[in-house]
Amino acid sequence: MRDTQNGTQGAAVVQAHIQTIYRQQSRRVLATLIRLLGDFTLAEEALQEAFGAALQQWPTEGIPDNPRAWLVSAGRFKAIDQLRRQQRFNQLQDELAEDSLTAHAPDYDSQPDIEDDRLRLIFTCCHPALAIEAQLALTLREICDLTTEEIARAFLISPVTLAQRIVRAKNKIRDAGIPYEIPEQQQLPQRLESVLHVIYLVFNEGYSATVGDDLIRQELCNEAIRLGHLLRELLPDAEVSGLLALMLLQDARRATRYSEQGEIVQLEFQDRRQWDFHQIRQGLVLVQEAMTSKEIGSFTLQAAIAAQHAMARQFADTDWKRIVQLYELLLQASPSPVVELNRAAAIAMRDGPQAGLKQMQGLQDKLAGYHLYHAAMADLYRRLNCHEQARICYQQALALTKQGPEQRFLHKRLSELNV
Amino acid sequence: MKYVCLVYYDEQIIRDMSEQQWLDLNKECIAFGEQVRGSGHCIGGNALQMTDTASTVRIRAGQLQLSDGPFAETKEQLAGFYLMEAKDLNEAIQLAGRIPPARLGSIEIRPVRELPK
Repeated sequence: MRDTQNGTQGAAVVQAHIQTIYRQQSRRVLATLIRLLGDFTLAEEALQEAFGAALQQWPTEGIPDNPRAWLVSAGRFKAIDQLRRQQRFNQLQDELAEDSLTAHAPDYDSQPDIEDDRLRLIFTCCHPALAIEAQLALTLREICDLTTEEIARAFLISPVTLAQRIVRAKNKIRDAGIPYEIPEQQQLPQRLESVLHVIYLVFNEGYSATVGDDLIRQELCNEAIRLGHLLRELLPDAEVSGLLALMLLQDARRATRYSEQGEIVQLEFQDRRQWDFHQIRQGLVLVQEAMTSKEIGSFTLQAAIAAQHAMARQFADTDWKRIVQLYELLLQASPSPVVELNRAAAIAMRDGPQAGLKQMQGLQDKLAGYHLYHAAMADLYRRLNCHEQARICYQQALALTKQGPEQRFLHKRLSELNV
Repeated sequence: MKYVCLVYYDEQIIRDMSEQQWLDLNKECIAFGEQVRGSGHCIGGNALQMTDTASTVRIRAGQLQLSDGPFAETKEQLAGFYLMEAKDLNEAIQLAGRIPPARLGSIEIRPVRELPK
C-alpha cells in the first residue's frame, strides 16, 4: 500500500483516482469476473460492490499497488458472500470451477489471461446464436459500458425494451450454455467475421442513421472505432485492421457530409479541407498493412476504396481506374448487387455515363426496390441531358425512401431538371 | 450439458428423392450415429416416420381429444432427434452441423431442462 491520504482533500483525490480506474479498468475487471463466476449478472453486481468497497477503503488505506487485481479479488469474494447469503452456495459450488472459488487464489492478473478475458467477452457478446439486436445491445452495454438509457436512445427504443433484450440475451448465454471462450482456430475466421459485423453495425448506426440525437450518434461511431482499436490490439488480423481503417476513413469525412441546414452534401461537393487528416493518415497506414495480407477481406477492400477518395486532393483527382479495380476484387470477395451498383457508378466516372448506365440497366431485377439504384440511374441520365428519364428515376427513388434528408436531396435534384 | 438436436426438413424433398439417394442418406445417418455414439456425444435419439403417421393428443376439460396429423402445420417437419452430451453450445453447434440432413433442412438445438427435484 502506498499513497495513504489524510483529510478530505486527500479523499477527493483518491475518489477522482478511483473514477479514472473505473473508466480504464472496469471492463477488464468485469471480463475476468465473468470468467471466474460464470455468470454475467453476478459478475456485474460483484463489480459494483468491488468499486463500492474501493470507495470506502482506499481513501483511508491507500490505493493498492495493483488496483485491478485488488478489484477482481474483492469482487470475487463479494460474489461468494452473496452466494452464501442466498444459500445457493452449495448448489452452485459444483457448477463453478473448483479453483475459481476455493482458497488457493488463482493468478488473476497475469497479463495474457486478462487480455484473453476481454477477447472472451467480445466473442461471447457477439455470439451468432444471439439475435443480432441482442449482440449489439450486449456489446455496447458490457464492453463499451454505455448505459441502458444511452443505448436505448441510440436505437430509438424504450430503455425497458432494451433492458429486457439484454436480460433475455444473458439468460440465453447461461441457459443454452454459450461458452465464455475464444473460439478454436478452426472456427475463428467465421466467428471473427460476426464480431466485425457487429462492430460495423454499431458504426453504421451512428454514421448512417438520419434520425436521433447527433451526440449519441457520434458516440456510437467513436465506440465502434474504439472497439476496432481494442480488437486489433487483442487479435491482430488483417481484416480487423481493414475494418478499423474503413471506419476511420469514413468518420474522417463526418464534418462535411451534411450542410449546416442538414442537407446531404455529396462526396463531389464536400469541402475536403475540413476532413480529419489525422484520422485519414491512421486509416491509410492500416489499409496498407491490411492489403499486404494473403487473403484480402471485404472490409479491407472497402477501406482501400475509401482510401482512394481520401487521397484525392479534389474530386477531379480521384483515381477511378483503381477504384473500379478494387470494386472488381470486392465483388469476388463478397458478391452483392449493391457492390455491382457501386462498381457501375465508378465505371461511369471512368468511362462516361453511358458505360455506367449500361451496367446499371442490367441490375434492374435485383435492385428495383432500392432507392439509391434509381437515384444513381437518375444522376447518369441527368449528366447525359436525358431529363425526362432522369425525372422518372428521381421520382422512383423518392417513392422508395422515407429519410428526410434523402427526400430533400432528391426534390432539389428534381427541381433542377428542365422538364 | 445435454442438448436435443431436432432435425427438420421438408418431407417433399424426401418424397422426391430417388431410391438410391434415400438409401445413401440413410447410410450417412447410420455412419454419423455410430460416430457420435462411439465418441460419447450421442446418448439417445431416433429417426421418425413421416408426419402422415402422426397423431396429436390433447386433454381438454378432462376429455382426451385426438386429431390426425402433427401438432402444427409447418414448412419443415420434424424428422428425428438426437440427445447429445456437449460441453457447451459451441460443441453442440459443431455436432449439429455434422448431422447429414442439416444440408436439406434445419437442426434446432435446445438445451435440456432438468426438472426440479
